[in-house]
Amino acid sequence: MMSEKNLDLRYFTGFLPLTLLCLFLLYAPLIVVMVYSFNDSNSITRWDTVSLRWYYDVFYGLEAPKFKAAAINSISIAIMAATSATIIATLAATAMLRAGRFKGKSFSFALINLPLMVPEIVTAVATLIFFSAIGFTTGYLTILIAHIVFCIPFAYLPIAARMEGIEGVYEQVAQDLYATRLQAFRLILMPLMAPGILSGFLLAFIISLDDFIITNFVKGAGIETLPTAIFGAVKQGIKPNIMAISTLLLVVSVGFVALSYFVGQMGEKANPTTKPKGD
Amino acid sequence: MSRDNNIAVDIQNVTKMYGDVTALKGVSLDIRDNEFFTLLGPSGCGKTTLLRVIAGFEEISNGAIILYGQNIANLMPNERPVNTVFQQYALFPHMNVTENVMFGLLRLGQDRANAKTRVGEVLELVQLSDFADRMPSQLSGGQQQRVALARALAPSPKVLLLDEPLSALDLKLRQAVRLELQQIQNQTGITFIFVTHDQEEALTMSDRIAVIESGQVQQVGSAREIYEAPKNKFVADFIGKTNLLDVSVTDLARGKGSCILPGGVQITCPAAEGAHAGSGHLSVRPERITITALGKGLVQGTVARHIYLGTDLHVEVNLVEGGHVTVRMQNSTQIQIPKVGQLVCLDFEPNFARLLVD
Ligand SMILES: Nc1ncnc2c1ncn2[C@@H]1O[C@H](COP(=O)(O)OP(=O)(O)OP(=O)(O)O)[C@@H](O)[C@H]1O
Ligand SMILES: [Mg+2]
Repeated sequence: MMSEKNLDLRYFTGFLPLTLLCLFLLYAPLIVVMVYSFNDSNSITRWDTVSLRWYYDVFYGLEAPKFKAAAINSISIAIMAATSATIIATLAATAMLRAGRFKGKSFSFALINLPLMVPEIVTAVATLIFFSAIGFTTGYLTILIAHIVFCIPFAYLPIAARMEGIEGVYEQVAQDLYATRLQAFRLILMPLMAPGILSGFLLAFIISLDDFIITNFVKGAGIETLPTAIFGAVKQGIKPNIMAISTLLLVVSVGFVALSYFVGQMGEKANPTTKPKGD
Repeated sequence: MSRDNNIAVDIQNVTKMYGDVTALKGVSLDIRDNEFFTLLGPSGCGKTTLLRVIAGFEEISNGAIILYGQNIANLMPNERPVNTVFQQYALFPHMNVTENVMFGLLRLGQDRANAKTRVGEVLELVQLSDFADRMPSQLSGGQQQRVALARALAPSPKVLLLDEPLSALDLKLRQAVRLELQQIQNQTGITFIFVTHDQEEALTMSDRIAVIESGQVQQVGSAREIYEAPKNKFVADFIGKTNLLDVSVTDLARGKGSCILPGGVQITCPAAEGAHAGSGHLSVRPERITITALGKGLVQGTVARHIYLGTDLHVEVNLVEGGHVTVRMQNSTQIQIPKVGQLVCLDFEPNFARLLVD
């Protein structure tokens, strides 16, 4: 027993300080931003008193219309991009996991997931070149198209993971009970897939909402999303209102990621692959 | 093969290949209307494959499947008037018991009110009326099994396919459900095709049994026929326990054969179709053999060991000429049990022995 205890990673010398250091590096900047967003001062470094002044500034200050327009763009694009990506990813997962074996299956898998591995800057440059090559004027539509594309793998992963966990026998039972293939898909597979699909949608939504690099390349002049608007504002010097808006964005992101996680958990609990229990 | 109207499923020369693996080799079977028909065989012999072929989940490489006169080999599973009770039950986890059982009825276009009445009837049949609103995850294994049965029975299929539906249940429950299944089959008059690898289950439940080995039908018959008159070594050995004695066959005529037992005694006994002269095998069931005084039996040997089985006692005897024989005795006080090492004679009625095809 003693030796087992000694082998436990937690008892290695320096484990605790190292862990604390990592956590500090990860979260200190975020915490500083969050705390200082409640600062009453005009300076971003000198602490004054607690106030919601800069939050008020975000919504009603000089720059408020700019941020509002950017937020509307961001959210509308995120909703449309995530919806489209989720539909495409669901169909792709169905083809990959329910169409039996077909030629080029592993190739297709790589094709769907490769964008996760490609450096984002490369995708950004390539997308921009593509749009200008086909003579597309940059703007809202190019941002939307680019977002749909890079959101697909993020939506695909939770959806495919879920579908893999659902045994094919349910659809066979449905067909045995006179359901057509389409009915088996709609009445059995889709409801069982729902948590995966929702989870994929939320993930795609947040990825779209947070994206900066690709958006910045393909957006063109005269249109901003929230991340590019923040970046633009920061270039003219960091004002405390940036901290307030960043905190808001952080809260929304964390909320969505948590929601995506809990939806996934919920699906696990109503596990459809439960084997019959013995008595 | 006869083509009368009371054939429910006529399986004609069906072959099924999975790549290079031949799962079914030219299987031909006639399953009668209103029959409890069992497919029995060891693991991997192709029982599930045959059911899936009938249900329409596997395309066949060759042959025809005639269901009440109609060739269904090219129909989709949802176009075939057969239902399956899957081995894993596979109740739809997002639907309660009623919705599960109603699924097939709604797909057939019944309206909800009628479907609901039918669900009530079927749940009563499987004694689950009180569980109509439960979710599958709130049911025990035995209850899930009954819901799966009810779900498959609800659309009144012409043929019901059951793939080892009892294998996940414990012994007591299994025995109870066996009886229930038979009763339900009697009441509904639906043709049952039942898959099992449990010979006891097959013997007690079935009107007829098909014994399958390596994708081929070895023998079809009633429990009694298969047990008393096995066609070959595989069937004799797979159904119940048997002793196979090496004999040399001298004469064969009209289902009877003469053979010389180890030790030289000659007997005449029933012979399976296809048995031939020369060296062969004689099957004698352990319960047909008695231990007699020296010099009075047909073969001779020494007692090797006793196996105590509660109601029965098995005595294993090594024959003088080689090979061994198991004798089954009832475990009662009147019977004298020979001691290990003792030289004994074994006797049996030749009419209950059988010459087999190898
Ligand atoms: N999808 C498949 N691909 C390849 N081979 C298969 C497939 N399904 C079954 N087989 C093979 O076909 C043969 C028959 O399988 P089958 O499932 O019908 O056996 P079974 O009699 O039902 O056995 P068990 O009692 O273990 O369920 C086996 O050798 C099996 O390995
Ligand atoms: Mg099987």
